[in-house]
Amino acid sequence: MVYIGCGERGNEMTEVLTEFPHLEDPKSGKPLMERTVLIANTSNMPVAAREASVYTGITIAEYFRDMGYDVSLMADSTSRWAEAMREISSRLEEMPGEEGYPAYLAARLSEFYERAGLVTTLNGARGSVSVIGAVSPPGGDFSEPVTQNTLRIVKVFWALDAKLSQRRHFPAINWLNSYSLYLEALHDYYDKEVSPEWNKIRSWAMEVLQKEAELQEIVQLVGSDALPESEQVTIEVARMIREIFLQQNAYDAVDTFCDMKKQYDMMKAIKTYAELSYAAQLAGVSPSQINAVKAKNELAQIKFIKDYKPELAKIMKQMDDEFNTLRSAA
Amino acid sequence: MKEYRTISKIAGPLVFVEKTEPIAYGELVNIILSDGTMKRGQVLDTSDELVVVQIFETTAGIGKDSGVRFTGETIKMPVGREMLGRILSGGGKPIDGGPEIVPEKRLDINGAAINPYARGMPADFIQTGISTIDGTNTLVRGQKLPIFSGAGLPHNKLALQIARQAKVPGSTENFAVVFAAMGITKEEANYFMQDFERTGALERAVVFLNLADDPAVERIITPRLALTTAEYLAFELGMHVLVILTDMTNYCEALRQIGAAREEVPGRRGYPGYMYTDLANLYERAGMIKGQKGSVTQIPILTMPGDDITHPIADLTGYITEGQIVVNRELHRKGIYPPINVLPSLSRLMNLGIGKGKTREDHKKVSDQMYAGYAEGNDLRGLVAIVGKDALSERDRLLLEFADLFENKFVRQGYDEDRTIEDTLNLAWELLATLPVEQLTRIDRELISKYHPKLKAGAKKE
Repeated sequence: MVYIGCGERGNEMTEVLTEFPHLEDPKSGKPLMERTVLIANTSNMPVAAREASVYTGITIAEYFRDMGYDVSLMADSTSRWAEAMREISSRLEEMPGEEGYPAYLAARLSEFYERAGLVTTLNGARGSVSVIGAVSPPGGDFSEPVTQNTLRIVKVFWALDAKLSQRRHFPAINWLNSYSLYLEALHDYYDKEVSPEWNKIRSWAMEVLQKEAELQEIVQLVGSDALPESEQVTIEVARMIREIFLQQNAYDAVDTFCDMKKQYDMMKAIKTYAELSYAAQLAGVSPSQINAVKAKNELAQIKFIKDYKPELAKIMKQMDDEFNTLRSAA
Repeated sequence: MKEYRTISKIAGPLVFVEKTEPIAYGELVNIILSDGTMKRGQVLDTSDELVVVQIFETTAGIGKDSGVRFTGETIKMPVGREMLGRILSGGGKPIDGGPEIVPEKRLDINGAAINPYARGMPADFIQTGISTIDGTNTLVRGQKLPIFSGAGLPHNKLALQIARQAKVPGSTENFAVVFAAMGITKEEANYFMQDFERTGALERAVVFLNLADDPAVERIITPRLALTTAEYLAFELGMHVLVILTDMTNYCEALRQIGAAREEVPGRRGYPGYMYTDLANLYERAGMIKGQKGSVTQIPILTMPGDDITHPIADLTGYITEGQIVVNRELHRKGIYPPINVLPSLSRLMNLGIGKGKTREDHKKVSDQMYAGYAEGNDLRGLVAIVGKDALSERDRLLLEFADLFENKFVRQGYDEDRTIEDTLNLAWELLATLPVEQLTRIDRELISKYHPKLKAGAKKE
C-alpha cells in the first residue's frame, strides 16, 4: 500500500504516521505499517516537492508491482498537486489555461492515472497498481478543471457530498452521483461469490433511491402526507436503505467493516420489509400503522452485531408476525 | 558594510537597486535617507543586475541619493520572556510606552517546516466554554481552526471570548495568548485592548497591532513575528500558546498589492499564484513537537468578501487548516450570539480530542445526533414556509421544534458565559430528549440508558 499525502496538513500526516504502526493487518496480524509506504509532503514544504510527491509515490508503487505485488495507491489530494502545477506554471510565466491552471493539466492527470493497471511481469507473475485519487474541488463545485479532467479518465467515481456530511451521513458518498463502470465486469463474481440475487437486489435498491429523490422534490412542495400511500411506503423504505445500509460508523468495531454476505443479508431484509409493507398497504393498512412496526427499528441494530444471523432471524420472524396481525386487523 | 547609492526605480512599496555583488533572497536591507533616518526592507527578488527590495514602511522620502545597505542576514526578531503583557507594533516595536524588549534570543521569523515525523499528535481537548465549538466542533491543542466570518459580524468578540476562556480542564500548565491584528481600525484596536485589560488577559498575552493605516507591507511580517514569538514561548519556554490572527483577508490583500507592484502574473481574482504556499507557511506553524512540552494552537480569522466561502482566501485557507468555524449572518440577524452555523463548520481533529478519559464517552455520538437532527429540522423550514406547520407529520414537527431549540438554547449563550463540557453535553441531552427515543439512531442503547434525562436510572417516570 502506498499513501501519498500531497500538500497534506502536518497534524493529519502525524496522525497517519502515529496510527498506522498500531493498526493491525487483518490478513497477517502484523502491523499494517510493514506493508505500507507513506509519502509525507506537507503544505509548507517547497512547492516543487509537492509536485514531485505524486510521481514519487506512483514510481514506488510500480516498483512493487513489478515484483508481482498488488499495490493500492492513495493520492490525497490531487487538487493540491494541480495547485502546485499552477503555482510553478505561473512562476515560469507560462500562458495560463482554464482557471489559471496550465494548459497541460489534463495531459498530466491522464499520464498519472494511466499508470494504474494490471501487468504480467517479466517472470510471468501478475502485479497491479490500483489508484484512488482524492479531488477536493473549491466550494464543492464539480465543474472545475481538476474534477472534470479527472472524470474524463477514471472509471469509478465516489462523489462525497457536503450535505450528507452535514447530516452526519457517513460515508458521505452520494448514491446517485457516484458510479462504477465495472458493474458489468463484476456481474459474474457477484453471482458466484455473493448470491445470484445480488445484482437484482442492487438494481432494486438503486431504483428505490432514485424514486425517492423524485418524490422528495414533491415532498418539498406539498409535504409527505399529500403523497399517495404506496409512495409514502417507498419513502420509508428509502430511508431505511440510507440509514441502515448506506450509513456506516467507522468508529464502531463491527460496523466499520461489512462483508458482502452481510450486506446482502441486510439488503434482503430491507427488501422483505418493503414487500410486506406494500402488501399490507394494498390490504388497507394505513401508512402510520406500517411505520409503527417495531421490527423495523430492531433491524437498525443489526449492523452493530458481529454474529448477526440469529438476531436477524428473530427480527424477521417478529416482522412477519407484526405484519400478519396488521393484515388480519385490516 | 558596503553602501550602494544605485537606486534606479521606486514603485509603490518596492525599491529597485542596481548592484554588483551577489545578494541573498530574503536578506534584510537598511535604507539610509539623505536626512539620516533609516527605513527597513527585505529582498524580494534578486538577479544579476537588479535587486528588488520591499520596504516595511512607506517609501515616501526615499530618493536616488538614498543609501542602501544589505545586512547579509534574513530578518530575525528579538524574543524574550518579558514580551508577555506587552503591546507591539505590526513591525515588532513596543508601542505601549514601555521599555525596549531585552532579547534572550534572536530568531529567524520564517521559522522552519516541521517534519511530520517529529510532530506530536494533537490529543488534548481545549475547552473554550462555547457549546457550538466544544460540543460539535471541538478544538484540540496544536490545531489550526479558522473562523470564517463576514464584514459586520461579531467574529472579534468571539475571538476575544475564546482567548479569555480557553483552557484544558484539570490542567494547570502555563498558558499564553499571542494576538496579531493586521489592518484593523484604531477603534477595533482600542476595543481589543480594553477587553484584554478588563479581563486581565493581557498579562499572559503578547499583542501585535498593525493598524489599517500602517503600511500594507508590514502586514506581511506581522503574523510571522507573532508566530515566531509563539514558537519561542511554546518550544523554548514550554508554554501552551493560542495564536489569534485577525484579519487574514487584510493579509492576503497586502500580498496581492505586492504581487501587483512586482508585475507578477496574477492568479485567481488577482491574488498571486503562490498564495496557497504562503498561507501554508503560516498555518502549518501550528502544532506540537515530540518530546517538547509546549504547543501552538492557531485561530486565524478571515472575513469572506461577500460572504462567499468559495473566495480564494477562504478556499485556500480551508485546504490547509483542520476545519473551520463558520459565522453566519442569518443567525446574527436573529440576535443569536455567537452566530456560529454548525452545519458548514467542522473540526477535523475533533475525534482525537474527545471521548472517554478526555471529555465523555457519549460526546461523539451525541454530537452526530445533534447535527443530524438540526440538519433535518433546518431543511424542513423551507417546507413549512410553503405548506404550513399543520401539513407536517408528527416526526417532522418535532424536528422543526428541535432546530429552533438548538439555535436558542445550544447555540445562543452569553458573552461572559463559560460552559463546561459537562454542561454542554447535558444541555445536548436535554434537547435530544424532546425527540422520540427511537429516532436517536446514532446513539447506542447503552449510552441512551445511561444519559437520557427521561430514561436514565433515577429519572422520574412520566
